[in-house]
Amino acid sequence: MDYFLTEEQKTIRELARRIAEEKVLPVRAELDEKEEFPWEIVKELAAADMFRVFIPEEYDGLGGGCLDLCLVTEELSRVCCGVATTYAVNALGCLTLIEYGTEEQKKKYLPDIASGKRLAAFAITEPTAGSDSSNIKTTADKVDGGYLLNGTKQFITNGGEAEIYTVIALTDKTRGARGASAIIVEKGTEGFTFGKKEKKMGIRASVTSELVFHNCLVPEENLIGKPGLGFIQAMRLFDKSRPGIGAEAVGLCQGALEAATDYAAQRIQFDHPIITEPVVQQMLADMSIQTEAARALVYAAARYVDSGARDVTEYSAAAKVFASDAAMKITVDAVQVCGGSGYMRDYPVEKMMRDAKILQIYEGTNQILRNAIAMNLRKRKART
Amino acid sequence: MNIVVCIKQVPGTTEVKIDPETNTLIRQGIENIINPFDTYAIEEAVRLKEKHGGKVTVLTMGPPQADAALKEAISVGADEVILLSDRAFAGADTWATANTLAKAIQKIGAFDLIITGRQTIDGDTGQVGPEMSEMLNIPFIAYVSQIEEIKQGYLRVSRMIEEGHEVLETTLPAIITVAKEINIPRLPSLRGMMKSKSAAVTTWGIKELGVSEKEVGLAGSSTQVVKIFFPQRVSQAEVLTGEPAEQVEKLIGKLKEAKLI
Repeated sequence: MDYFLTEEQKTIRELARRIAEEKVLPVRAELDEKEEFPWEIVKELAAADMFRVFIPEEYDGLGGGCLDLCLVTEELSRVCCGVATTYAVNALGCLTLIEYGTEEQKKKYLPDIASGKRLAAFAITEPTAGSDSSNIKTTADKVDGGYLLNGTKQFITNGGEAEIYTVIALTDKTRGARGASAIIVEKGTEGFTFGKKEKKMGIRASVTSELVFHNCLVPEENLIGKPGLGFIQAMRLFDKSRPGIGAEAVGLCQGALEAATDYAAQRIQFDHPIITEPVVQQMLADMSIQTEAARALVYAAARYVDSGARDVTEYSAAAKVFASDAAMKITVDAVQVCGGSGYMRDYPVEKMMRDAKILQIYEGTNQILRNAIAMNLRKRKART
Repeated sequence: MNIVVCIKQVPGTTEVKIDPETNTLIRQGIENIINPFDTYAIEEAVRLKEKHGGKVTVLTMGPPQADAALKEAISVGADEVILLSDRAFAGADTWATANTLAKAIQKIGAFDLIITGRQTIDGDTGQVGPEMSEMLNIPFIAYVSQIEEIKQGYLRVSRMIEEGHEVLETTLPAIITVAKEINIPRLPSLRGMMKSKSAAVTTWGIKELGVSEKEVGLAGSSTQVVKIFFPQRVSQAEVLTGEPAEQVEKLIGKLKEAKLI
């Protein structure tokens, strides 16, 4: 299918695929097995300018948008969803800064993120604040010389490896979500340490850690935008980043579909390749349909985000939900097509199946996102 | 440090077919790539430039579509590229090729080092590098696997020989051919690829080089390909069957029969 990408977008996709196939594919099983952070691959991505894709040109980026980011993410995820997560989370870690930051803040941080010299991460989730993300407890009290952070962030992707963190913390405890603010915290700041490194079911090449703040003083100029807007900024961020999760899902769908098709074409049972069995053909066809439908919705949502539209919540949520549900189903079916071999770690589909599950959970569970979509339907109905 | 890299565009496969009438390669339907050995030459030149400054100029002789190879060179860090393309250049043997490249390098002017791959994967002669050194009257070192030191007018390299490694010094300018052990060529960057798409490729023909038709291409070649053919595969293997002891028995019998033992 031709999605009428620009020449630049085709170039981005072509190079991302090359990196995925030449640099990620040979080590993906090892990264998964050892739960190792893929620094070598991060360096390759940086050298290839992949971190520049989502940074504005005036800060050494290539000025691409959501769709450009989706193309890289999809290609990486086709080979390894863990590596794709490690990459994409950098955009999550700096989009708030790009949108609401001051000129000084952008100049200070964005060129380093663009060059891949420093990785970025985003921290909102806490033990008490998952789906109920407004229920955060981490505080950032205004004191002489800045904000004093106290609290713990949980399940933070790139935690410990990233150097620039956008942290959502309460600058005014009395106002709840309306008292939350986005604050940049650099790795190495006194009082900022890393807690438990999680052991995960899938995306094991990506690192997930606790961030611990204990009387961590950050300068006042690290506040992004105005105090009290942190929660709204985060919600707007997710509106823009969710097509990226959809793109991870599409890559995973594509990878699983290819692996299952390859296996079915060479696996001989009853004297013929199993791909000649109608029952297998039906499964592969369904996988193919779901993959292309997911891709079309993700690209459409990404383009809508790039158009600058404000009412993107519903569509970016739909792209994330549809694509991640498709990825879960397709990877389960890919294991089924590959049979006993598919269940073994020597074949890539079992990893894909483990990787897929997180896509239905992070950046808003699919249930919470369906709630958000339904809420919009009700609002629209109420208005008419 | 001004470096000239000579590359060749070759068919991206070792399973080429030959046109029996013209004795030339059938290039249709085969993707062309930069000769893999030459990618190490480009990488080494770009690394030297990044370390010591200067400029990397990449040169190739070939049909107009060889500009794709030059654009790829830009995407991995080459500064300038020159395509030597002219109908008169067609059918060149290694001597005529080296002569044309040498003339172009003289036209480029000041350079410190010429790097090229140890050989191409289609012609496989490995002769163009050494021939150019004779024509340009500069020192030549083949199979370089490491550049140990380079500074104004001086180069020390380690190169591969059958018994191990040999360390050689030379004055500059010089020409070296590199082995694949020298580096791992980088992938292009997005900025490089975008730059390469819009990059201008300078093209020089016989007029620009100031050479006559007689000294280039087929006319300037001292050798001519009379015939190209596939060697016939002769397979005379015999598989011995039976228990291991029986097989040994049979094998000894065969060897005695052949008067080998």
